[in-house]
Amino acid sequence: MVKLKINGKTVEAREGEMLLAVMQRMGIKVPTQCHHEAIEPTGNCRLCMVEITKKNWDGWKKYVTSCLYPVEEGLIVETHNDKLFEIRKTILDLQLARSPHTDYVIKMAADYGLDKSSYPAEPKGDDCIMCYACTRICDVLGKSAIAPTQRGHQKIIAGPFGEAPPDCIGCLSCAHICPTDHIKWNDKGNTRTIWDKKFKLIKCKKCGKKTITREFADYLIEKRELPSEYFDTCDVCKRQETADKMGELVVKAREATI
Amino acid sequence: MKIDSITKLDKWRKEILTKQKAIKTKVLICLGPGCLAGGSDLILKEFQTILKKKKIKDVSIESVKKTGCHGFCARGPMVIIEPLGIFYSKVKKVHVKDIIEKTLQKGEIIEKLLYKDPDTDKIYKEWRKIPFYARQQKIALRNVGQIDPDEISDYIANGGYSALAKILKGMKPEEVVEQVSKSGLRGRGGAGFATGRKWATCAKAEENPHYVLCNGDEGDPGAFMDRCIMEGDPHTVLEGMIICAYAVGSQEGYIYVREEYPLAVVNLQKAIDEAHKYGLLGDNILGSDLSFDIKISKGGGAFVCGESSALMRSVAGEIGEPRAKYVRSVLKGLHDKPTVLNNVETFANIPVIIEKGADWYASIGTKKSTGTKAFSLAGKIKNTGLIEVPMGIKLKEIIYDIGGGVTDNHKFKAVQTGGPSGGCLPADKLDLAVDFDTLVDNGSMMGSGGMVIMDDRTCMVDVSRYFLNFLVEESCGKCVPCREGLFQLHKLNEKICEGKGTEDELKLMENLSETIISGSLCGLGQSGPNPFLSTIMYFRDEYEAHVKKQECPGGVCKKLITYRINDDCNGCMACLSVCAADAITGKKKEQHIIDEVKCDRCGACYAVCNINAIDII
Repeated sequence: MVKLKINGKTVEAREGEMLLAVMQRMGIKVPTQCHHEAIEPTGNCRLCMVEITKKNWDGWKKYVTSCLYPVEEGLIVETHNDKLFEIRKTILDLQLARSPHTDYVIKMAADYGLDKSSYPAEPKGDDCIMCYACTRICDVLGKSAIAPTQRGHQKIIAGPFGEAPPDCIGCLSCAHICPTDHIKWNDKGNTRTIWDKKFKLIKCKKCGKKTITREFADYLIEKRELPSEYFDTCDVCKRQETADKMGELVVKAREATI
Repeated sequence: MKIDSITKLDKWRKEILTKQKAIKTKVLICLGPGCLAGGSDLILKEFQTILKKKKIKDVSIESVKKTGCHGFCARGPMVIIEPLGIFYSKVKKVHVKDIIEKTLQKGEIIEKLLYKDPDTDKIYKEWRKIPFYARQQKIALRNVGQIDPDEISDYIANGGYSALAKILKGMKPEEVVEQVSKSGLRGRGGAGFATGRKWATCAKAEENPHYVLCNGDEGDPGAFMDRCIMEGDPHTVLEGMIICAYAVGSQEGYIYVREEYPLAVVNLQKAIDEAHKYGLLGDNILGSDLSFDIKISKGGGAFVCGESSALMRSVAGEIGEPRAKYVRSVLKGLHDKPTVLNNVETFANIPVIIEKGADWYASIGTKKSTGTKAFSLAGKIKNTGLIEVPMGIKLKEIIYDIGGGVTDNHKFKAVQTGGPSGGCLPADKLDLAVDFDTLVDNGSMMGSGGMVIMDDRTCMVDVSRYFLNFLVEESCGKCVPCREGLFQLHKLNEKICEGKGTEDELKLMENLSETIISGSLCGLGQSGPNPFLSTIMYFRDEYEAHVKKQECPGGVCKKLITYRINDDCNGCMACLSVCAADAITGKKKEQHIIDEVKCDRCGACYAVCNINAIDII
């Protein structure tokens, strides 16, 4: 265990734990955008920055992202002060210029007293805030179908060469994790479309309900070593099947005892 | 032939030296990037063609040697005749016959090819005496321009791999680290971290394997020191890396070179292959227990890939984006293993430190910045080129004594050190000593060693705009402050250049800079606002002239200037013929007129007029 001080309070933390996790446990609120429990931290949004120092640093202070900074013995952390407020406000101000029509950004900026960006806003605006949540969740799934491409302000999230990603299995994880609903998808008839790629949806053999894409199913069957017919029926029908089987067993058992 | 013992290496060296002694006269032809652009490869060919047919005493075809950059790029292509050190500059193919027949055959000097100091009119016969060279001290560049980079024997003859032999003969890895620490050598890539401390941390790291990486990404515009070392003396980089591998216990190394340096890649690969052939790389180097191999990793030329964590990702085949380095890369570097990453120039210093000792090295330079530093002089300076000087030398010594001062007798305005993320220092800072700490204290930095000199025809607001534009394009785009912050900072800077900026916006730029510095993820963003901050620190009056009076004192910002022809015009028609916008009218021997509406302010007329008949208003 490691002992450190956050906002004047001494706390204990597990070795290797990140500052943000400890802060959240203490109920301290700092804004975050790119942080998500399911994926590795990356430090893109910079909003969770905190000020750190140590007794023997002679008053020297450092600004670090709490999502990536591992706890250290004797660390003195401040999560809210004028400088940090200014950093967070400026970041949101900049984002408001990039994404002036994005509710998620508008709401966060409003918390810092911003209703309009100090910088010229992009007329069309861009809902993507480059948090990389989508690419990271895709990495976790083991597909890495999409990735950040290009550089600087031109950077976008896309498939290889800006084309439909060949490795995409249409699982929708990226779309669901996206904090600004920037990643668009739709299911029409038997077809799902995402990232300009079309997928065929599996139909439940029993009830006809559409479930997941064939590619996603095949991937799961392979990865989790499931029986190949596992996805032929939907969850509901599978549960019904199990219940029916249980019922049969109970009846049989009863008959046996009588 | 494998050289599997130190005795064999010494024997081989003796053989090479005897062989080389037989060649009395050497003709060195610089094939550095500058001279090559001037056609020095044709000169080399011409020498070889003529000497194939001709018989001259003490001269043979083996006398002609191609070398890496000799440094004095402004006077290229260069031909140097050793041992006398005769220095022929601005040589063309047509001069070769003369050089052979007069100098090589009869010992006559061709005066018109010698260097004449433009200030003193003094003519110099020997290159070592020319002020450009006389003030320099070469350690990292000791062989560059002196040896044929393709020939391992040249490197061996100049004492190559003897430092490696020395450590294998009788130094423990800890002793090597201690020597490097004691020498005070600081990383030449820019940040100036103590090399010895880095090596010591890696050597002690428990996780295995350990990696040795060489950073040859050199992305600063106007910097070409590392390029010239890799092209002109690749074996010194290898030797430095092998010594490092021995010190930190590594078996695998990579040199990261940008693909824009094709010759560096070719020469390094050849050096690696040769070193392999002779047993200087691979298993059991020189018959010892040390096994180490080096591979070249080619980069796509992204500026950010010079940053350590981005470089390591790129070497590993991932996207070249930096990561937060709260756990230092020396402990968790390439493939998350302990890694020493040093710059090309840093490695080039290592063999000499081992050979001559840490105390010798520490006696050069200043107390906190020991040794020498290579710089590339570029911009509005007479002697553009590659130099190496002791640390602590004054800026004005570099710019005036070595560099020869500003071109065309214009006034010096600023010098930019440290590349795009560095800063611009004004004339009253010329007395500053050039070392890591002094430059940082004055709002600039050492960086990798690019020096761009600017004269009074430069607009500092425009300079800031130019470098911010570079950084906006080179930002990887991962974190918000760098991606969006530099983008907005550049846009505001552009507005000022157009005369549309306001005082409030200047304030906004200063505040924004602060957040970019403290908020950005890596060094690129953290030093990104420097072009703006250092120019506004020293040239605030120029910003104010743009904002308050819509004037550009440097006469550069197109939207704020007009070209006008004054009464001195003699009607030579030179400006008229270069004007691409057809904005100039006039007859021969009569004063010309510029149509302000048609004029697109390209400045071609201003540049071509040699009687100063065009004013910028």
